[in-house]
Amino acid sequence: MFKILGKTEPATNINKFIIEVPEIAKKVLPGQFVILRLHEKGERIPITIADKDKEKGTITLFVQEVGKTTTEMGRLKTGDAILDVVGPLGVPSHIENFGTVLCVAGGVGVAVMYPIAKALKEKNNKVISVLGARSKSFVILENEIKNISDEFYLTTDDGSYGQKGFVSDVLKNLLATCHSPLANIVFAIGPVPMMKVVSEITKQHNLKTIVSLNPVMVDGTGMCGACRVSIGGVTKFACVDGPDFDGHLVNWNELTCRLSLFKQKEKESLDYYCKLKSA
Amino acid sequence: MEKIPRQKMPVQNAKARVKNFASVALGYTEEQAILEAKRCLQCKKPTCIEGCPVEIDIPGFIKKIAEQNFEEAIKILKDKNNLPAICGRVCPQETQCEIKCVLTKKYEPVAIGRLERFIADWGIEQIQDTRYKKQEKPRTMNNEQQTKIAVVGSGPAGLTCAADLAKMGYNVDLFESLHQPGGVLMYGIPEFRLPKKIVEYEINYVKSLGVSISTNVLIGKTKTVQELFDDGYKAVFIGSGAGLPQFLGIPGENLNRIYSANEFLTRVNLMKAYLFPEYDTPINIGRNVVVFGAGNVAMDSARVSLRLGADNVTIIYRRTEKEMPARLEEIENAKEEGVKFHLLTAPVRFIGDENNNVIKVECLKMELGEPDASGRRRPVPIQNSEFIIDIDTAVIAIGQNPNPLIPRTIPGLQLGKHGNIITDEKTGATSIPGIFAGGDIATGAATVIEAMGAGKRAARAINEYLKKSN
Repeated sequence: MFKILGKTEPATNINKFIIEVPEIAKKVLPGQFVILRLHEKGERIPITIADKDKEKGTITLFVQEVGKTTTEMGRLKTGDAILDVVGPLGVPSHIENFGTVLCVAGGVGVAVMYPIAKALKEKNNKVISVLGARSKSFVILENEIKNISDEFYLTTDDGSYGQKGFVSDVLKNLLATCHSPLANIVFAIGPVPMMKVVSEITKQHNLKTIVSLNPVMVDGTGMCGACRVSIGGVTKFACVDGPDFDGHLVNWNELTCRLSLFKQKEKESLDYYCKLKSA
Repeated sequence: MEKIPRQKMPVQNAKARVKNFASVALGYTEEQAILEAKRCLQCKKPTCIEGCPVEIDIPGFIKKIAEQNFEEAIKILKDKNNLPAICGRVCPQETQCEIKCVLTKKYEPVAIGRLERFIADWGIEQIQDTRYKKQEKPRTMNNEQQTKIAVVGSGPAGLTCAADLAKMGYNVDLFESLHQPGGVLMYGIPEFRLPKKIVEYEINYVKSLGVSISTNVLIGKTKTVQELFDDGYKAVFIGSGAGLPQFLGIPGENLNRIYSANEFLTRVNLMKAYLFPEYDTPINIGRNVVVFGAGNVAMDSARVSLRLGADNVTIIYRRTEKEMPARLEEIENAKEEGVKFHLLTAPVRFIGDENNNVIKVECLKMELGEPDASGRRRPVPIQNSEFIIDIDTAVIAIGQNPNPLIPRTIPGLQLGKHGNIITDEKTGATSIPGIFAGGDIATGAATVIEAMGAGKRAARAINEYLKKSN
């Protein structure tokens, strides 16, 4: 059992958990994730680690309520426990001094971006950050990212905060107005449609772009093959080869379809859970 | 001379069993077991033992069954085999011990596997409430035996190696990455062939020997093998099993509803998707399912599909029935349950609908040519023989490559061309002193009992290695 030492709701439908897992806290690097299972009947779900505290032996997770498991997790409180947490999984993000890096993140993907951007800053990169959210109440980690950014942009779809529009609008604008190459590398993390659009834009400018993929996963250790993604026409396993990949090589259509694999079942599961809870 | 016929195994009726996940084979009654045991000629030089990778005194335990001394029989069995209730169910006895039985020449061999299952199950009934249940033996060791050994992976290889080392008095810690120990016994083999309660019981027995098991620890990630040595472990056995499922390498393979057998079986067996939505892990199963491959994993996938409610389940295999790697018993079971077989057939491409769901597979008819490296006749495509099958779900059960995760994190470890760990077959020793390996990570996908044999040999070699290095 892994104890929840802190739980807050920093944005609408997004819960922040601080979980005691000393061995993982000691080991985790930016870009890595854990697989957790809430209880005996639970499914295994991958969540990227947003932060860690080696001394306290904790990791921080931001979990958006979308399906049954994440909704159920949202009902947990400080002091509760999670049955299984395994990790850190996946290949850590490649961090070095690239020069100037552009960090584009949307939604709960901002939590995945945070440790990467922090590590890039520590390597003395110039960090340009572009964050996006649906509206003001969905914004997370704004100040944390701002503090490590040399340039900072924020958009909301409805214009309730920052600039109105999408991260891709900011990106297009930046690319149109700058005379020399905007950045040496782009990190784009967020919903699949966002990562897809960003990759399409940067491809036109020949700007290397790393994305963090989140396909359906079961064991997360290279055994089941559920998380396969096509990268440049070659099948890769996101859990052992990723989750970071070259955004220009990802087959986005396939990934989008594979993510919809269990949509109907997920709805059934959530309905079943809601009925149980209201009964 | 033979008067008693080989005793038939009582089984659940085929029509009933495709609607449930309960055991197919029901096990011998006491009378049957004694009758069957009496068929054993008690050869002076028993050839059956030569066929057993874990060296069970086969005539010895069978003699005790014939004498109705079940307590003595289980003792003899467990002396060599730590997981007899598992082996009695899933071992391919027909190609190992039973094929060597002298009765095979003239009559049918003694049903060694069924007798093993009978006595192991008897043992479980007798002692589950008293001796073993929740009674982990406290570690009491003298100085030289306080040596710590780490075992990575709690499948058949790891469990056997850990149990044998514990029996020798070592301090053994077993690390498992999944949330439940058992490896392939838990995620791979379906409930109707190997009830998870049986696996849990056998694992409790291993714990009762003093082995401590930590789940949710992925060696290579949570802790590296080097860190295990830093923590004071004097030897490490790697039994991390197979990983990375193989795919067919044909167009359309990543369409929706095309599963690797590992994913398909893990969802059902380990995560209990057949109890969805009470259990959270889902699985999609259509009316028409095809399974590629003809090993035990393919049979399991096909039979699971029927139990999940598919109407038509078809095995597609490139060769003929003669070359099928699955156990004869499992092929027969599958047929009885209504699994169809498209033999001498190979898939060419998958076709999907507008939502990327697979709806068809195009296949090609094959004929057998000259034998290939595997000794089996190579399937050769017949020109212009393409045909299309309508499907909703496909399961690919054509094997796995070794999991790259651990080998990648041990610098200098010598690997084979498929990424398997190269070991000395007799000892399991790897290219790095103190690191031993066995089971699928070393040999590629094989059987439960072969992995157990490798675990056993490695335990012996680790003991010798530690004695020498002291």
